[in-house]
Amino acid sequence: MPSLGADMEAGTLVEWLKKPGDAVSRGDIIAVVETQKGAIEIEVFENGIVGEILVQPGAKVPVGQPLAQITVAGETGKAPPPVAVAPPRPAILEGPRAPAPPVAPTAPAVTAGARRLASPAARKLAAERGIDLASLSGSGPGGAVISTDIAAVAKRPPATRKPGLDLAEMRKAIGTAMARSKREIPHYYLGTSIDLSRAMAFLERTNADRPPDRRVMIGAVLIKTVALALRRASAFNGFFRDGAFAPSKAIHVGVAIALRGGGLVAPAIHDADGLSLDDLMAATRDLVERSRAGRLRGSEMMDPTITLTSLGDRGVDSVVGVIFPPQVAIVGFGRPALRPWVAGGRVEPRQILQASLAADHRVSDGHAGALFLADIDRMLQEPDKL
Amino acid sequence: MNPDAQTAPAQTTYREAVRAAIREALLKDNRVFLMGEDVGRYGGCYAVSKGLLQEFGPERIRDTPLSESAFVGAGIGAAMGGMRPIVEVMTVNFSLLALDQIINNAATIRHMSGGQFGVPVVIRMATGAGRQLAAQHSHSLEGWYAHVPGLKVLAPATLEDARGMLLTALTDPDPVLIFEHVMLYNMTGELPPTAGAVPIDKAAVRRPGRDVSLITYGGSLFKTLEAATSLAREGIEAEVVDLRSLRPLDEKTILASVSRTRRAVVVDEGWRSGSLSAEVSARIMEGAFWDLDAPVGRVCSAEVPVPYPRHLEEAALPQPETIVAAAKATLGRS
Repeated sequence: MPSLGADMEAGTLVEWLKKPGDAVSRGDIIAVVETQKGAIEIEVFENGIVGEILVQPGAKVPVGQPLAQITVAGETGKAPPPVAVAPPRPAILEGPRAPAPPVAPTAPAVTAGARRLASPAARKLAAERGIDLASLSGSGPGGAVISTDIAAVAKRPPATRKPGLDLAEMRKAIGTAMARSKREIPHYYLGTSIDLSRAMAFLERTNADRPPDRRVMIGAVLIKTVALALRRASAFNGFFRDGAFAPSKAIHVGVAIALRGGGLVAPAIHDADGLSLDDLMAATRDLVERSRAGRLRGSEMMDPTITLTSLGDRGVDSVVGVIFPPQVAIVGFGRPALRPWVAGGRVEPRQILQASLAADHRVSDGHAGALFLADIDRMLQEPDKL
Repeated sequence: MNPDAQTAPAQTTYREAVRAAIREALLKDNRVFLMGEDVGRYGGCYAVSKGLLQEFGPERIRDTPLSESAFVGAGIGAAMGGMRPIVEVMTVNFSLLALDQIINNAATIRHMSGGQFGVPVVIRMATGAGRQLAAQHSHSLEGWYAHVPGLKVLAPATLEDARGMLLTALTDPDPVLIFEHVMLYNMTGELPPTAGAVPIDKAAVRRPGRDVSLITYGGSLFKTLEAATSLAREGIEAEVVDLRSLRPLDEKTILASVSRTRRAVVVDEGWRSGSLSAEVSARIMEGAFWDLDAPVGRVCSAEVPVPYPRHLEEAALPQPETIVAAAKATLGRS
C-alpha cells in the first residue's frame, strides 16, 4: 500500500486492474485504492509478472503492506521476492516525524516463502468465491484462515466501485496535513510583483491561429517557469524527512486543483521542466479531469516535489500558500491584472502578477527564496525561451 | 413383545441390561447358549450372568476351562454347526489367547468355504481401564479386531445399546464381537421394558453441536459428554458422535458431522499409534478434508502399559479435561 500523502496511514483497495499472470511494466496502472482524497490509481514500479494477490478488494490495509507480489522479469521461475506494488520512495514516504505506519493488527506478516495458513475448508470456499486468502486475517489454530473468516469477508459489502469524493474525509485529510505543516514547518514568506505583459503577448502570438482547445494558457507558462527555475534552486525542490532535507533531482510540480463542491488535491506533473507548453497544457487538463473524477494515480499523489497554487481565476491578487509536507516550498500566483506599472520612467498599464513563495526555513533562507522568485520573474520576461 | 413387559421405564444398570438381553435371547431361541469362564456358578466375573445358571441350567449356561482358545474355538464350531452361541471372554487382554480362533477361523470360514459355512457366533468381552486392574486386564484392543474383515465389532455404551445390540448381533449370520467397557457395568439409568434390538452398523449423535465433532465410543463416551458440557459453558457447542460400531465404521454419520462442524477430535482409550482413532482420522481426511477448518485432533491413552496406581492410571487415560483441551485447540483456543 503506497503512501499517497504524508497524512495517509491506510488505504482501501478498491479494484485490481491486473490479475496474477499478467505482465506489467513500469508505469502501468494495476489497482485502484480509495483514500481520503478519493480513488487513486496505483502504478507499478517494476517490470514483471503479477504473482500472488495479497490484498483483496474491500480490504483496508496500512501503508507499507504488500498488495501483491511481482516476479521481476528475469527471475521467472525463482521464488519471487516480496515486491510491494508501489514501493514507496523513501524520500517521500513519510514527512518529518510522521507516525510510523501501523503494523497490520492481527494478520501475521505475509511474505514470499511463508505460506498462508488456511484450512482446507477456507481454501475451498475462497476458491469458490474468488477470495484471496492472503488478504485475510485468520482466526483458526495458529492464525490459520478458516471457513468463518471467508464467510465474514463474503458478507462484507463490496467495496464501492465509484467511491466518489468524500469531501468530509478530504477536509479531514487537508486539515491534518496543513496543521502538521503549520506545526512543524517554520515557514517564511516572500512576495513579488511580476510584469506578465511579455508572457501574455507571447501567448497571444502563440494562440493566434490555434483553435480554442489547443490554446496555451498562462497556467502552463507558469508551471514551466517554476519548473525551470527550480533547476537552479534545489533548496525548494525535494522533501524534508527525518530531520534532513533530501533535494530531488526530478522536478515534479504539484498543481493545486480545487474540486467542485470543495476539496483540494495537488497531483504532480512529472518532470515538468522537460515538458513543452503543449504537453503541460495536456497534462494539466488531464489532471484536472481526473482529479474531479477521483481517478488520480498513486505516483501523482506521492511525487510532487513542490506545489504550485494559483487562485488567479478566482479573482484574488495574491495567495500565500501553506507548504504540503514533506515538501519544502509552495509557490503562489494571484490573478494577473492590469495595473499601473512604472517602466522606463513612465507609468504604463501592465499585466501584473503577484507571485509568492512560502518556504521551509529549515532548508533555505529568504535570500535564496528571493533569488528563486527573481529567477521566475526574469524567465517570464523571456517567454520565447520557455 | 415380552408378555411380562411393563410399560414404565425401569431403573437398571448396564450389567442388568446385558443380562436382560442374554436372557431374552435364551428365551426366544433355543439355539442360543452362553459359555465362558465363570459364567455359571460364579455368575460371570463382572456378574453379568448372575442367576442365569439357575434359570436355564448347565446346558445353556456353561462354565469352561481356562483356555480361551479352546472355548472360543468350541463356540465357533457350535456356530458352524447351527447353534447361536454367546461366548464370554473375561477381558480383551485374554482374548489374545483366542486370536487364532477368532481371526484365522471365525473371520475367514465364510470366505474360505465359498459361502458354504457361516460362523454366527457372538463373542462378548470386557475392555478398558479404570478399575486398577493393571496392565494385563485393562487394555483397549478392540481396534485390533476392527482391523479384520469378516468380523463385526461393536462397542455399546448406553443401556439401550447394551441390551439392543446383543439381540441384533445374534441375528447376524457372521461373527460379532461385543466390547463392554468395565467402567460401564455399574452405570445406572432407565430402560423401557420395551427396549429391543438396535442397529449394529450405525453411529449415533449423542449430543448435537455446531463447533466441533467429538468422535468416540464405549467407555470414553461419558467422559466426552462431560467434556462437551464443560465446553458449552465456554460457548463451544460440541457434537458428540458415538461410533457404536467399530467395524463397519459408519462413515456417513462421521463425515456428516465433521462436514458440518468442520473440526473433529477422536477420543479413543486405545493407544494412539496404529489405533482406531487413526483410522477414523484417516477416514475424515479421505472424506471430509475440504470441509475441515483444523487438523483432526486425537485424545488417546498414553503409550504405556496401563499403570496400576490410581493416579497414574487416571493420568494415562483420556479424561474430560484433555478432551476439552483438544477440542479447544481445534478452535484455536486455549
